[in-house]
Amino acid sequence: MTTTAPQLSKKRRTRRGGVLGNTGLYVATGVATFLFLVPFYLLVRNALSTDAEITGEHWKFFPTNLQWSNVSDLFDDTSVDFARSMWNSLVVAVSMTVGILLVCSLAGYALARIPYKHSNKIFYLVLGTLMVPTAVTFVPSFVLVSSLGWVDTYRGLIVPGLFSGFTCFLFRQYFLGFPKELEEAARVDGLGYWGAYWKVVVPNSLNFFAAIATITFISGWNAFLWPLVIGQDPGAWTVQVALSSYMTNQTVVFHTIFMATAISILPLVFVFLFLQRWLVQGIAQTGIKG
Amino acid sequence: MSTTTTRDLASPAPAKATSAKPRRGLRGNRTFNFWLFIGPFLLGLMIFVYVPIGWSIYLSFFEARFTVTPSKFVGFDNYTYMLTNPDFVGSLGTFTVFAAFIVPTTWALSLGLALLVNRLRFMRAFFRSVFFLPTACSYVAAALIWKMSIFSGVRFGLMNTIIGWFGVDNIAWLSNPSPPWYWFVIVTARLWLQSGFYMILFLAALQNIPGELYEAAAIDGAKPGWQTFRYITLPQLRATSTAVILLLLIAAYQAFDEFFNLLSKTTWGRPPLVELYYTALGENQDYGAGSAGAVILTLLIIIVTLFQGKLMGFGRSEEAK
Repeated sequence: MTTTAPQLSKKRRTRRGGVLGNTGLYVATGVATFLFLVPFYLLVRNALSTDAEITGEHWKFFPTNLQWSNVSDLFDDTSVDFARSMWNSLVVAVSMTVGILLVCSLAGYALARIPYKHSNKIFYLVLGTLMVPTAVTFVPSFVLVSSLGWVDTYRGLIVPGLFSGFTCFLFRQYFLGFPKELEEAARVDGLGYWGAYWKVVVPNSLNFFAAIATITFISGWNAFLWPLVIGQDPGAWTVQVALSSYMTNQTVVFHTIFMATAISILPLVFVFLFLQRWLVQGIAQTGIKG
Repeated sequence: MSTTTTRDLASPAPAKATSAKPRRGLRGNRTFNFWLFIGPFLLGLMIFVYVPIGWSIYLSFFEARFTVTPSKFVGFDNYTYMLTNPDFVGSLGTFTVFAAFIVPTTWALSLGLALLVNRLRFMRAFFRSVFFLPTACSYVAAALIWKMSIFSGVRFGLMNTIIGWFGVDNIAWLSNPSPPWYWFVIVTARLWLQSGFYMILFLAALQNIPGELYEAAAIDGAKPGWQTFRYITLPQLRATSTAVILLLLIAAYQAFDEFFNLLSKTTWGRPPLVELYYTALGENQDYGAGSAGAVILTLLIIIVTLFQGKLMGFGRSEEAK
């Protein structure tokens, strides 16, 4: 990093002088950073305060004592089974990630690399679904899932979301660019499509799989509309539905609500910190170029 | 990796030809392999995507309250009902207002952040992460922080505390539709949540602009700063900008989470999906009208998508393959 810095900075200086000078640049960045971090500050402050401190007469910038007991208050609270909802979200997000990667990557590979006379027609079937966003079809999907008797089940939460035309399309585009030579080498080694896929294609595509996995996990964890529709019994609530229920409850206990929110974000902050590289890469690759 | 003997297992049919051209041996198996790879996906796509759409179109022509197997055919009554229902039509108006606020502001903020981050030479990765971090938060969590802490209508909400320092009275941010302060709450929440995502797209595009363009502009006497931005950077970002604006429009069309949570139980500020939720899954469980609403919304978005396809050259990249 340091070795390329002088070269880069020189280039950049000639390229962009400033509407903002350097001071202006850092002041603007500082203000934006401050504003972007305020919600996180409030979250942590409230999660570790007593209710009296949150609702007090004067603004308290930080709690006098960090109330770690708020964690046990949250999990002892019987009105909402928060631990259960965290577990449900974990099951849903992990299953969706594994399921989508498996089902959509195989389909994308078939469309990209296995010649078949009706391949184009099938591709149009997939493309057709891209025009209909899943969120808009939640009514008909609910109708189907409820007739299958899948309301309040993991199956109902997970399975309808696995067949993402968009993810399949992304995999197809990716595999179109995958070097053919690698597969041909596998053929020479005597592998069929299936063997070549698992032994050569997948191991050489881990970056792309990781990018899709990260995005899928985050959206699975954060999904709200579908879990709200399917989770009618509190036992089937995901963490987002549980958080939402706090906002409409009759009694409001601020410190447990904010502790719950903080804990619900925590897994994603970890995913974010460790997998940011793939996330950024995935967005840059799939956001437009798809 | 593998020995050559496994080839015979994988493609037994034209065994003689294999020694000359190994790939030909697979042709007999192509159909089988195609279905092996795509079968599970296609089956799921049919059951969980196409069947619901078809069923929904069917239901939209029937009176279907509290039932999904209706018997009373009503023709286009559900469509007439939805299109003359002021709540549903109003929700399209709500979407329009929302889009008019959120699309330009997110575009400008994410582009601004990308330009800032792109110029930083110090702690660049850190600042990029700060702006990107809210992408990991759920809309529900943000709605909760916005509703119960920042824009809480009572004295101890952050905004009311701050305006209180200047002697301004408390504002009921969400629980009073006039003046419509709730738009400020909703727009800032979504700005915070999604700007980082679009910033990444703009950053990637900025880094793809060839440096020679700036050098050429400098030789031609373009002043760095506004002129370069206006005549080099902005035109070079056109494709990305178009894509971002259309992605933002489609995302706004599907807005549900923050409206549902910030404005629960209120009758104002309901975008289409929230309205649909209350129609189909509210007290009436009117699946017929709900399905008709879903069909209408789907048709509207298909029109937008086709328009988008024209603009973005979506079809063109397909032909190139």
